[in-house]
Amino acid sequence: MRIVPFLCSTAITIALVAVLDRPLGKVPPVGSFFSPQYGFWQNAEPIEQDFGGSLNMKGVQGPVEVYFDDRLVPHVFAENEQDLYFVQGYLHARFRLFQIDLQTRAAAGRASELAGSKAINFDKEQRRLGMVYAAENALKEIEADSQFRTFFDAYTAGVNSYIDQLTEAALPIEYKLLQCKPEKWSNLKTALLLKMMSKMLSSGTENDLANTNAKSIFMPDQLQQLYPQVPDSLLPIVPIGTEFPKPAVIPVKPTNADSLYFNNKATVVAQSLDRPDPGNGSNNWVVAGSKTQSGFPILANDPHLELSLPSIWFEIQLKTPTHNAYGVSLPGSPFVVIGFNDSIAWGVTNSQRDVKDYYEIKFKDQTRTAYWFNGEWVPTKMRIEEIKIKDSLSVFDTVAYTVFGPVQFDSRFSNAASADRNLAVRWAAHDPSNEGLTFYKLNKARNYTDYEEAISTFTCPGQNFIFASRTGDIAIWQQGRFPARWEGQGLYVMPGEDSSYLWQGYIPQQENPHAINPERGYLQSANQRAADGTYPYFIPGSYITARGVRIDKKLATMSAITPKDMMELHADYFNVSAEDVRPILLATIQETQLEAKERAYLEILRNWDLKASPDSKGQTVFQCFWDTVQASIWRDEISRTNPMAPWPTEQTTVEWLLKDTVYQFADDINTPQKETLSMIVTASFKKAALVLEAKEAEDKLAWSRFMNPSVYHLLKDALPAFARKGLAVGGYGNIVNAIKHSHGPSWRMIVHMVDGIEAYGVFPGGQSGNPGSRFYDNNISVWEKGEYNRCWYMRDNDRTNEKVKWILRFNKS
Amino acid sequence: MKFFLSVLLTMLGGIAVSLWALSPWWGFVPLAALLAAVVHQTPAKAFAAGFLGMLLAWGGLSWWIDWQNGSLLSKQVAVLFPLQGSSAALILLTGILGALLGGVAALAGCYLRISKSKME
Repeated sequence: MRIVPFLCSTAITIALVAVLDRPLGKVPPVGSFFSPQYGFWQNAEPIEQDFGGSLNMKGVQGPVEVYFDDRLVPHVFAENEQDLYFVQGYLHARFRLFQIDLQTRAAAGRASELAGSKAINFDKEQRRLGMVYAAENALKEIEADSQFRTFFDAYTAGVNSYIDQLTEAALPIEYKLLQCKPEKWSNLKTALLLKMMSKMLSSGTENDLANTNAKSIFMPDQLQQLYPQVPDSLLPIVPIGTEFPKPAVIPVKPTNADSLYFNNKATVVAQSLDRPDPGNGSNNWVVAGSKTQSGFPILANDPHLELSLPSIWFEIQLKTPTHNAYGVSLPGSPFVVIGFNDSIAWGVTNSQRDVKDYYEIKFKDQTRTAYWFNGEWVPTKMRIEEIKIKDSLSVFDTVAYTVFGPVQFDSRFSNAASADRNLAVRWAAHDPSNEGLTFYKLNKARNYTDYEEAISTFTCPGQNFIFASRTGDIAIWQQGRFPARWEGQGLYVMPGEDSSYLWQGYIPQQENPHAINPERGYLQSANQRAADGTYPYFIPGSYITARGVRIDKKLATMSAITPKDMMELHADYFNVSAEDVRPILLATIQETQLEAKERAYLEILRNWDLKASPDSKGQTVFQCFWDTVQASIWRDEISRTNPMAPWPTEQTTVEWLLKDTVYQFADDINTPQKETLSMIVTASFKKAALVLEAKEAEDKLAWSRFMNPSVYHLLKDALPAFARKGLAVGGYGNIVNAIKHSHGPSWRMIVHMVDGIEAYGVFPGGQSGNPGSRFYDNNISVWEKGEYNRCWYMRDNDRTNEKVKWILRFNKS
Repeated sequence: MKFFLSVLLTMLGGIAVSLWALSPWWGFVPLAALLAAVVHQTPAKAFAAGFLGMLLAWGGLSWWIDWQNGSLLSKQVAVLFPLQGSSAALILLTGILGALLGGVAALAGCYLRISKSKME
């Protein structure tokens, strides 16, 4: 009888196929994942991949040619704008599908669909912040403009035309690893992507919850000392001495503000889980022809964001017979966001303004169906949120909406032990707006007037739009729709029982801080406060002062500037804060109390050239020492509440040390004796020396070894193999070259406004999101070396140029 | 001679099936069994032929893809699956997965023929 072995071997075969067809925990189904036909091998793109071809598509009206250069930058030549944005959508999907899908799902609070139950609280917070509500409001505004809507429609159709033809084998590798499928694109997703940017740039720039706790422990004069509005050393965006017109809007402080608001000592336990990095800053500057060698302006921009693979940016040229824009786009949205055309160049930095406030809501009862407002019970609008979870049942959350906005924190949601207070969030990103329209118009702008018109409707996140034109104009506007606040409004959680604490109006657009063609011949912004104390409105925010000081001082002294000089300024490692602080620390430290090893570190600090260069040991010693000093001074004070009050900014501490070395806060309130600054500094140095010794033992004393600059894949630690770690770069958040561990210049661009436009750009990544492509990370080494790619600004007669590597043609089917 | 023929046929069949878009990833399994039933050998030789044939098919295909890719992706995947970043190990692992299935499928095919002939 051979029937038994037959049955056995058949059973084994079928069982083996079945086992290999199934995921094992986090491991994808081994059979299909290793299959050369379907699995990851299919993502291993041939080095000699041909990106050209010919496609017949329903969504396009006329022929569109995409010319790829040797860096895989597509130069899209279309006959009309709908075709242009259709093809941009197609290309974003072709090269960045997983990225745009993941980011918009996360923006909508749907990360659990991909990541499983560990993302539930993240998703709840996104929903409770009103991310989808905000995107829906934006979409209404966008779709009300029937012409503009066609661009969004075309973009969506372009993304979907790629998704529709996608085979299982061609799925991006992340889908194969996570065992999920891409989702169809929609205009709402484009709106969500822009709200993701709003959150990134305008949701972490307030500190209302922590400030409320600070208010509970500090006296008003202490609050002013710890959290001053205008730093002494500020070199603002609008040059000092500029006269501001009388404010058209004068907000009125509620009569009961002192008792109910300023003197309210109640603390809050709620805190945001996913707080955007307040260091999401940027630099931009522009020099007029009077300061350049050529006589034409030069514009520079480097937005500092989380560095990721694929990069947040996608380089592209978008050309129709009527306009020709080049720069970086945000995958998930049409248009060039930062770039130039043949008449103008523009760039952005974050305004860092506070446009998000919290209001305390009194619900009638546990059902949260009504809240007390202007003397009566007003019904809330309930929004039921279903959070779908991978491999599990859905979780439901109901969010109450009030006149202020959604109630982000209440008894049903808080990350802390309990939420005894119901906090509604009022956020500028909730208001109907169409930010894409600004970029659309900038892509086509011909002069200063076009630029000013283009940016005038931009609402949120507030940005510093810098500008240069071929005709020699330079300008900067801090643009956004900013609430006109009475002094102190919105620094802390506000009473939410009547309309008196609502935003009373907005700063008129024309009164936003701006400057045009200043005599000094340059303009700059680096996330500092936009204007000095003479600006007639109260404008709190999370400002960063040091970089602006350095850039301003450099630009002031430079002349006969060339693009190369601008590259050197991008790469500047000079530590302005250390320049101020080091002499004080060295003068205060009690050297006699140091051991031999500690003295050796002190010598390194003393002999340091003040540059945070990659091999600098002085920067490492300084940063460890300085961070410890700051912690020793403040921690005891600010941790008197839980959660902690905000850390005073580095700038505040610097200025405090410069002004007064016997300050009340130096004493550690947790010890019986009275500490002096000198004692604190000495003890901090000893503490820091322990860290330094441990690092030195691992050969990590050099700054770049210490900081480990890295660019992670979007899925972070889940896919460490797709990250690029240990880059040989220096810098820091307070330094012009603002590289931190995995954060920093996400795109460096320099545009020289000569005839034909001379432009350079680089981002630490590549055009392709596929880790199996040579275009996944090909620009990282360029970026790492501080070098640039020359942007090839193609014209009509360049179609046959040898720089064209592949041509992808779209035709109507 | 028969052994080599069956290795060759399994390999070619394995490659052909992988290039056919409609085939599931395990499409070579019934094919390997069928080949073993047609080109009849002892069970040990049938297993070995199925094993070797698919080792060459999947190993060869992944090697070819990897060569064209300059091992860019395999070096990274060989870190996700802890193989110390070795592309060769990843290719070998791919080959062995195909080979194991090819082997047991061929064995089943071989026994199918034997059980039939016995019954006759």
